[in-house]
Amino acid sequence: MGSAFSSGSGSPDAVVLELRGITKVFPGVRANDHVDLLVRRGEVHCLLGENGAGKSTLMNVLAGIYMPDEGSIRIDGREVSISCPRDAIDLGVGMVHQHSSLIPDFTVLENLMLGRGEGWRLSTGRAQDGLKRLTTTLGVAVDPGAETGQLSLGQQQQVEIIKALWQGSRILILDEPTSMLTPKGIEDLERVLRQLKQQGLAVIFITHKLREAFAIGDRVSVLRQGRLQGTIDRETMKAASATEMQRLVVELMFPGEAETLAHVAELSDLSELGGGGRAATAGEPLLELHEVVVAGQRGEIGIVEAISLTIHAGEVLGVAGVDGNGQRPLAEAIVGQRPLAGGDVRLAGTSLRRLGIGARQRRGLRYVTDDRLGEGIVGSMSVALNLVSKRIGTAPFWVHGRTRPEVIAAHAEELVREYSVATPSIHTPAGSLSGGNIQKVIVARELSLDPKVVVFNKPTYGLDVKTTAAVRARIRGLVDGGAAGALLISTDLEELLALSDRVAVLSRGRLMGIVRNGPGAEQEIGALMIGGEHGE
Amino acid sequence: MVNEASRGSAPVVGSSIPSAGRHWGRTFWQRAAPVVYGLIAGGVLLLVMGKNPIAFYWTTLESGLLTWSGLMQTIIRLAPLLLMSAGFIVAFQAGLWNIGGDGQFLLAAAVVAGLGAPALGVMPFWLVLPLLCVVGFLVGGAWTVVPSLMKAYYGMNEIITTLMMAFIGINLANILIKGPFLSHVTLVPQTDVIPWVYLLPFIPGTHIHVGIVIALVALVLVHFMQTRTSYGLRLRILGASPRAALHAGISVKRDIVTAFALSGGLIGLAAAVEVLGVWGYVRADWNPAFGMTLFAIVFLAGLDVLVVIPFVFFFAVIQIGGHEAARQAGLPNDFLLLLIGLILFFMVLTEWARTRGWLARLRGRHAGSMAAAAEEAAGDG
Ligand SMILES: Nc1ncnc2c1ncn2[C@@H]1O[C@H](COP(=O)(O)OP(=O)(O)OP(=O)(O)O)[C@@H](O)[C@H]1O
Ligand SMILES: [Mg+2]
Repeated sequence: MGSAFSSGSGSPDAVVLELRGITKVFPGVRANDHVDLLVRRGEVHCLLGENGAGKSTLMNVLAGIYMPDEGSIRIDGREVSISCPRDAIDLGVGMVHQHSSLIPDFTVLENLMLGRGEGWRLSTGRAQDGLKRLTTTLGVAVDPGAETGQLSLGQQQQVEIIKALWQGSRILILDEPTSMLTPKGIEDLERVLRQLKQQGLAVIFITHKLREAFAIGDRVSVLRQGRLQGTIDRETMKAASATEMQRLVVELMFPGEAETLAHVAELSDLSELGGGGRAATAGEPLLELHEVVVAGQRGEIGIVEAISLTIHAGEVLGVAGVDGNGQRPLAEAIVGQRPLAGGDVRLAGTSLRRLGIGARQRRGLRYVTDDRLGEGIVGSMSVALNLVSKRIGTAPFWVHGRTRPEVIAAHAEELVREYSVATPSIHTPAGSLSGGNIQKVIVARELSLDPKVVVFNKPTYGLDVKTTAAVRARIRGLVDGGAAGALLISTDLEELLALSDRVAVLSRGRLMGIVRNGPGAEQEIGALMIGGEHGE
Repeated sequence: MVNEASRGSAPVVGSSIPSAGRHWGRTFWQRAAPVVYGLIAGGVLLLVMGKNPIAFYWTTLESGLLTWSGLMQTIIRLAPLLLMSAGFIVAFQAGLWNIGGDGQFLLAAAVVAGLGAPALGVMPFWLVLPLLCVVGFLVGGAWTVVPSLMKAYYGMNEIITTLMMAFIGINLANILIKGPFLSHVTLVPQTDVIPWVYLLPFIPGTHIHVGIVIALVALVLVHFMQTRTSYGLRLRILGASPRAALHAGISVKRDIVTAFALSGGLIGLAAAVEVLGVWGYVRADWNPAFGMTLFAIVFLAGLDVLVVIPFVFFFAVIQIGGHEAARQAGLPNDFLLLLIGLILFFMVLTEWARTRGWLARLRGRHAGSMAAAAEEAAGDG
């Protein structure tokens, strides 16, 4: 695999990468419109922009997945043509995609060996050495023999980064690498990036979390509607205070809206938004979990162990914990996608044990999944159909089994407007939307048409600051009516504190405790999480 | 690759709630190109063998299409082929690999032929034909129940189970013909013959039986089902992503079983139409083996029941006209299969070029085709 960090030529801040006038047009959208971008050696260059701004497209052009319609790419001052992923890898461009590209049934090592340079005969020994070298450099621990599908999403993202470096990257692209990570995981990643910078790598870092961008980034570029809106250089970033930076960036991302958005962007105090120690006026119990036990897909026990919880009307119950501690199995068991190995789930007093997924949905139980491409949408189908895919056969969209396209279209138009989904039309295949806009489609579908209890699994992951605020306000608005309740699973502690009335802490499939949100809740939750990790 | 073909048409299917045929012309020519290449390659082969390709193709065209009797033959052949294609498309669109079409076809044919003559003895003849069509449908459908239940409840691979059931079905058909349905009038083992006056009536003014009408009506109904009903959408989701189907709360098990049954039913109806329209009886060891070639053809047509019509028509012309052409040129009938094989080969090739290769890059479609992108790098799709 050669040297993983072969340094580029020239001085420390030599320009490694130069994009000039990159234009990429998709049917109905100008995803990139004459974008220029300079990236230097040893810098972390943050790329910001609202959902659908064209960030991933630009990076996919660089990684050889899309051919640009116009524009040129220079690497180390030499004009290059990148017409397939192989070209990009050969030029030292490694990319961690927004959505996982690992093969779940393969082990970590096998996934890495799919990379380049292994030749015809695969040598496990050589690969293992290489992996060890990388993990020590990065200071992470990865089990080479673990199937990647069994790893938590945070670990998967680490493997993706290793995979990108494995291929000998000099330019590393990270497309929203932190969306699934806990604060601790993000800190680890920051440390790793600092390491890489030292080694002379250039990193392009896409995120929606402004604070992260300011902490990790040396420079920040903002895209908007496919165009480069501006770049904030190192000096300005050093000089400006966090609040000034935020204003600057928000002004670039959402021109003219900085004023109205000032209170929502993350740097301000989130607890104003909702939650934050509201009075304990819990209504009727809506969703009750009694000693719920869930077995793994392969029959492993202890995925979820005897969890009892109650969600009341008018309440958001948060679930905190490192990803991969039983959150998804718990959510799936509640909505019926996984059988209960024991215990019971009741919705408004009725046991759900014998009800299928569809029957539970009809009773008002909704699920915002965190696996948006795997199950959340059907990528080849239109946005309009995806918005009704959980109501197939029901009025008013179907009458006696007959589709009513006009009603479906009207419904879609309304939701697309309401959630400002950036899509050329409601007939566009949902899979071609940007990651954040796919998420908007999913949230819109689950929150429309009278939900009673909604299970949210990372509802704002991949959403830009503005949309995140809007979705959070909706979640709060949903329950504040007093008729509905929500279970909010998130790895983002701030989100939990901003929205929840109570926060349950999950660790290794066990309920460590439930904390009422309010002053000091953060410390209590932290203590429970640590207690969980050190338990056993 | 096979999936690729169906997903290649995603923008067309996906972009429309009701109308699948918006870009008809373009889709058709895109899909017809490999046919042309295949014919050219076949022509080269004929030249090498010392035959005159122009004469060969001309005879094919003439005796399959341009003479009245040839055209009638072609249309008659079209009926079972179209019904069978519809059967395959229903299953394939739902992501169900019904590979056992020939077994469903033969078993239904044997039962229909076997019951035909006795039925005429006990009930009015106008009732017999519709009833036998229903019987064909039911037998074909019933022959999918074991594989579909195994698939729905135990996740067993339907490719294997339908193939096994086809094997059993083909032999069971023979046992029926040589056993309970054996005619005592003829020397060759076969069923009793339904007198031709009681077979499917002709379309007035022709010698084409009404099977083609049944087939076209069935196709339109299937098209309607696929594009305008909730059931059709459920099957499409099931075919596109079983996990998304489960997540959406679709009763996956029920839909697997019904889609399979409908698929087998249409194939059984194809058999009934062929027996009641053309033969009036079934001989032991008869097996036209339409299934295997039709697989490829339905994919060539992008699993669209309307687009498939011209393709199956073309195939029928080659079958009917080519038979005569091969005879005149002194070639074995196998040459027709070779020709079809060449066409299929080019189909694979052009499909590849369209989604992956230089052709795609040239047109920048590489990017537009989200399927390719998603597969190649699981990018931000
Ligand atoms: N393969 C594709 N086919 C058609 N349109 C596409 C495709 N990929 C992206 N687009 C469109 O290009 C625009 C930019 O998408 P892109 O994924 O680059 O956004 P993004 O900045 O990464 O957004 P997000 O923050 O939501 O991930 C969007 O409007 C999207 O609909
Ligand atoms: Mg993106």
